[in-house]
Order: sequence, then structure tokens, then C-alpha cells
Amino acid sequence: MKMKNLLRAALRSLAKNKMRTFLTMLGIIIGVASVIAMLAIGQGSKQSIQAQISTLGTNVLMIWPQASSTGGVRMEAGSSQKMTLEDVTAISDRCPSVAFVTPQVRSSGQLVNGNMNWRTSVYGVYPNYFEIRNLNLMSGNLFTMSDDRSATKVCVIGQTVVNNLFGTDADPVGSYIRINKIPFKIVGITEKKGQNAFGQDQDDMVIAPFSTVQKRLMAITHIQSMLASAKSEPQIPAASQEITDVLKAKHNLGPSEDPDFTIRTQTDIANAATATSGILTILLATIASISLLVGGIGIMNIMLVSVTERTREIGIRMSVGARGRDVLLQFLIEALLISLLGGFIGISLGVLVSQLIANLLSWPVSITVQSILMSFIFSSAIGIFFGWYPARKAAGLNPIDALRYE
Amino acid sequence: MAGGDIDMNKAIISVKALVKTYKMGDVEVHALRGVHADIIKDDFVAIMGKSGSGKSTFMNIIGCLDVPTRGQYLLDDVDVGSLTKDQLANLRNRKIGFVFQSFNLLSRTSALENVELPLMYNKKITSREMRERSLKALEAVGLAGRAHHFPNQLSGGEQQRVAIARSLVNDPVVILADEPTGNLDTRTSLEVMAIFQELNRKGITIVIVTHEADIAAFTKRNITFRDGRIIKTVDVDKPRNAMEELAIMPVMVEEDDV
Ligand SMILES: Nc1ncnc2c1ncn2[C@@H]1O[C@H](COP(=O)(O)OP(=O)(O)OP(=O)(O)O)[C@@H](O)[C@H]1O
Ligand SMILES: [Mg+2]
Repeated sequence: MKMKNLLRAALRSLAKNKMRTFLTMLGIIIGVASVIAMLAIGQGSKQSIQAQISTLGTNVLMIWPQASSTGGVRMEAGSSQKMTLEDVTAISDRCPSVAFVTPQVRSSGQLVNGNMNWRTSVYGVYPNYFEIRNLNLMSGNLFTMSDDRSATKVCVIGQTVVNNLFGTDADPVGSYIRINKIPFKIVGITEKKGQNAFGQDQDDMVIAPFSTVQKRLMAITHIQSMLASAKSEPQIPAASQEITDVLKAKHNLGPSEDPDFTIRTQTDIANAATATSGILTILLATIASISLLVGGIGIMNIMLVSVTERTREIGIRMSVGARGRDVLLQFLIEALLISLLGGFIGISLGVLVSQLIANLLSWPVSITVQSILMSFIFSSAIGIFFGWYPARKAAGLNPIDALRYE
Repeated sequence: MAGGDIDMNKAIISVKALVKTYKMGDVEVHALRGVHADIIKDDFVAIMGKSGSGKSTFMNIIGCLDVPTRGQYLLDDVDVGSLTKDQLANLRNRKIGFVFQSFNLLSRTSALENVELPLMYNKKITSREMRERSLKALEAVGLAGRAHHFPNQLSGGEQQRVAIARSLVNDPVVILADEPTGNLDTRTSLEVMAIFQELNRKGITIVIVTHEADIAAFTKRNITFRDGRIIKTVDVDKPRNAMEELAIMPVMVEEDDV
């Protein structure tokens, strides 16, 4: 039979049972729509995590004093006292792939301005911290290395701190606040950065010269960690290797010995986070695929019923010359039409639902061409796969048996 | 014909020692027990016989809807026994027209499209040709005006005429009709027989199964089955003319004359 006639016959028999066709299609529609929506959510969260990780800075390397052989990374690194300012100098002198390096200490601070109170982290770093982390000032100026040398009591504060100590939209540059009862002059305010990949408010912090925090607030002699940046992204591994070599030499460790520090690069963190969201995406897509599979079984079920119901019609068609393959094709095309049409509606619905999720829940979603193509191919494959068996059953009938069927 | 008399005309259907046995568990039903028959071109044959004598079984086999257990069947010089399923389908499509007692039209499909059905399975025929030939076939059975009616909008007689149009649309070498008037009243039966006679006059070979001697009298030859064998073949001396009888039949028949 000609394709045109086959299509017409298939469309007609689907139209004969509109409700049944629609319900069968619904299985595919829901399946495809949920695949599209789930992939969009997975993809969207992956992209937003990547975007957030880029707010860490550019080509950042984090160095903690701690052996990495245990595997885990403990963010709190205050227990060890093995890292010194000499290490910082050695890295900045002897690592050609490293652009900037700064020591880092973190203290928690009780901030007071008049009768306003706020508790937050106070970071002690070199001014180049701002280069490493891509931080910009919205107002005022950065402290300098000479501030660090003389441990001047100056600081740069984030927007959240401003809001809580001075009220929204205030510009407190030049004002004084007390941090753990010590007065600090505010010299600058950072640009708003929002939350990072781990949900922390990056505007809720105070940044002060390294030695000011180390000596005046914490009264310690070691440094807690270091932050460095590579000159370019491809140089991150080289920078990591150079730092490892320099620090091992400084700490008198042989090349085969385990280092007493841990280096995490931005790429490591990005990979770890992306892997997590990748697993999430796979999980969501799997659940959605199962519903698509159930939809496919629905098609098979209906096609089997249809073959039984239409045995007489098959007999009539065979009696006027339909071959097995004509009958096979007719039923296969019906199954394919259901699944393709369902797939098409499902894709539209999936896109719509994704947009709704994005607008109503403000979740990040991202619909990719691949996910649409995949759903389309998947749903037609389901049509063929689940339509095949009933179609074969119809095609294998004997004309006379089909005609006699009651 | 059984006995194999020398005939100028060519045998379109020729069966020898045709046997059909149905196995139902342990029980064997011998529907045909060795049938010999020749049906020549332009023939118009009525097959008679008691219920269960094997008439339908015979028709289904010569219509290539079923295959015999044993025996030989030549249709238009083709040995049907050696054909594949697909080749049998092609044979049904090109050489045979089948009319069933129960019409067997596709429901919710117009008369015209029902008639077009055999042509749809013939790739050589264009849509235009398909339409023209189907309309002509409908015209031949007097239903040109009903082309777009659905079977459920047609009377039994009209449905059977659509089925006859479908059986002749592919220019078959033979039209096989199993009790075509079985579900129809006298007048409608006459109309159907008139169409068959007209088609036969135009050169189409026709075989029908009927229980009614009245109907058989319109054909040229009567074959009688009993217990799966042909027991009698009679040439009809002077076949009745359905058209003429219809003309003199009172149109206003009020009482049920079936
Ligand atoms: N599919 C089948 N399975 C088993 N037995 C069958 C089958 N079809 C027919 N028979 C048997 O074969 C015999 C011949 O049946 P067939 O239908 O040919 O009779 P028939 O002459 O057409 O009868 P009727 O005039 O009632 O239509 C019957 O005894 C019937 O029971
Ligand atoms: Mg019968």
C-alpha cells in the first residue's frame, strides 16, 4: 500500500477511537514532558552551579596545611600550625605559573556600630586577594601592603554587613566600627556578589589586612591557609605542581613522601559539584524515563486490544490482497503516530512546565536541543518497539481465520 | 468439469483430488474428501448442497483464503499450491473477487473507499485511476449516487452491491460469492442476481454458493456437494433472466415474501 494511503488509514482508525487514542497518548505525553522537564531542571542546576563556582575567582588554588592522604577535605584548618609566611614568600618567588598568592586567616567577629550588632567572619588577607577572587569595590579604597606591614586597623566590608550595621543604601566609608571591641576604620565596600555554590552569602564578611587580623584579632603566629591564582586556566595544574614542590622542599619532605598540605583547585571543585548535579540529572531522567516506558507499555496494550478487535478488518483487508507486511506497516504506523504525536505534545508540555518552574519557583532551568532530540528519538523508538509485537501478531494471521473471528 | 470433457474454452479454475481436513484435537473433520472440478471462462456456476457439505471450504480454497490439505489447484494456469503467502495475497488482489454472505465491508468507511480497497494494495494504480475505476464499479451495481454513504447508512441489498462492486473493481478472472443472497429478501436477491448475470454477460466468470434452487436457476451450471464430494453437475437448460423477472415483479409487495 502507498505511504499516503497507509497514513490515511492509520489516522482514520485513530480518529475512530479518539478517547482511547488520547489516553494512550497521555502516557507518552506525560513521559516525554517529565523527561524534558527533569533534564531541564538538572541541566539548569548544573549550569547555575558552574556559574556560582566561577564567582570563587579566576583560576583559584586553595592550600591548607593538612595531609590529603586521608581523602577528605576539612574546611577548618586551624589545628595545624605548619604553614608560615615564609611559605607564601617562597611560592610567590619560585612558582612561575602562579600569578598571586596570599596568606589567609579567618576569625569570627562581633561587629558593633552604636547600638547595632552583627556577627560575621573576618578575613585577614593581602590586598591581592581581591585580584584572586575577582572582587571589586563599590565604594572607597582597598587597604595596601603597607597597611599590612604596620597592622593598621582598617577593613573592607560586604553589603550585608553594611545593611545590618548602617541600614540599607548607606555608604559608611570613613566610619568606624568595633570588631571584638577593637575599632576599625571602614575604607571600602565590596560589590554585591550574592550566594556562592554552597549557599553562603558572599557579601556577609569583613576583609582586613592579614597581619591586622592575625595579630590584633587572633593573636596567632601561623597562617591558616593560602589562596593563590594561576596565570591562566591551562596553567592551573602546573601551578598546583609547582606549589607542591616548593612547599615540600620548604617542609623538608622528600618527593615520595605525603605532603603535609592539601591543594584544591577551582577545577577540582567545579568537577565535584558538576558530578553531583550530573548524578542528580541522571536520577531525574531515569525516573522520568520509567514513566515513558510505562507509556510505551500502554501503547502495546492498546495495540494488542486493537489487533484483537480489528481481526475481522484485517481479514477483510487480506481477502482483497493485503500482504502480511501491509498489515504490519498499518499497525506499526498507528503505534508510531501515537508515540510521535504524544512525543510532540509531550515536548511542548515539557518546555511549558520547565518555563513555569523557572517562573514560579525561580529554579534555574535549561532546555537543551539534545534533550528534545533525545525525547523525540526515544518516543519513536518506543512506538516501533512496543508496536512491533502487536503488528506482527496482526500480520501473521491467516486470512480465513481472521475473517471467521467473532 | 469432473470427467474432463474436451472443451474449446480454457479452464480458469482446475482442481484435482482436493482434500481439506480440519484437526480439532483428536477429532478429524473431513470437509473435502477429494474434489475434482474445472470451471471454464465465462462460466456461471452455482454450488449447492446441504449445510456442512463443504461448499464454503471449497470456495475459500479456490479464493486463496485457505489452503487445501492435499490436492492440486490451478488458477489461470498458476499452481497455487506452490505459492508463498505474499504471492497468494497478490493473487487475491489481481485475479479474484470475493463476495461474502455477511458483506464484510469496513465500517465507518464510505462505499467508495470500500470499493477502492483492493486497488489500494496495488502499487501500480494511481489515486486518480483508483477513484475512476471505483466509481465505475459502483455505477455497474447501480450505486453511483451512494458513493459517500457509510455501510450503516445502506440497506443489506445495497451493502451487498457495494461488496460486489469491490469484488469486480480489480478486473478479476473470477468472482466468488459465498451465499451472496443469503441475507437478502427475494426482490433484493433478484437484483443481486441481475447484476451477476450482467457481469457474466460482459465476460466475467462467476461462482456462487446458494441453498436456493430458485437462485441457482439464474446460473448456467449447478454443482452439488455432499459430504465433501461433488455428486452431481447439471447444465441449466434455460437460465432464468433476473432482469426480466424484476421488470414484471410487482413493486408494491406488502407482504413478507422471503
Ligand atoms: N475452521 C473449521 N474447523 C473445523 N471444522 C470446520 C471448520 N470450518 C468448517 N468445518 C467443518 O467442515 C465441514 C464443511 O464446512 P463448510 O463450512 O464448508 O460447509 P458448508 O457447505 O459451507 O455449509 P453451510 O451451507 O452451512 O454454509 C463442516 O462439517 C464444518 O463443521
Ligand atoms: Mg457455507
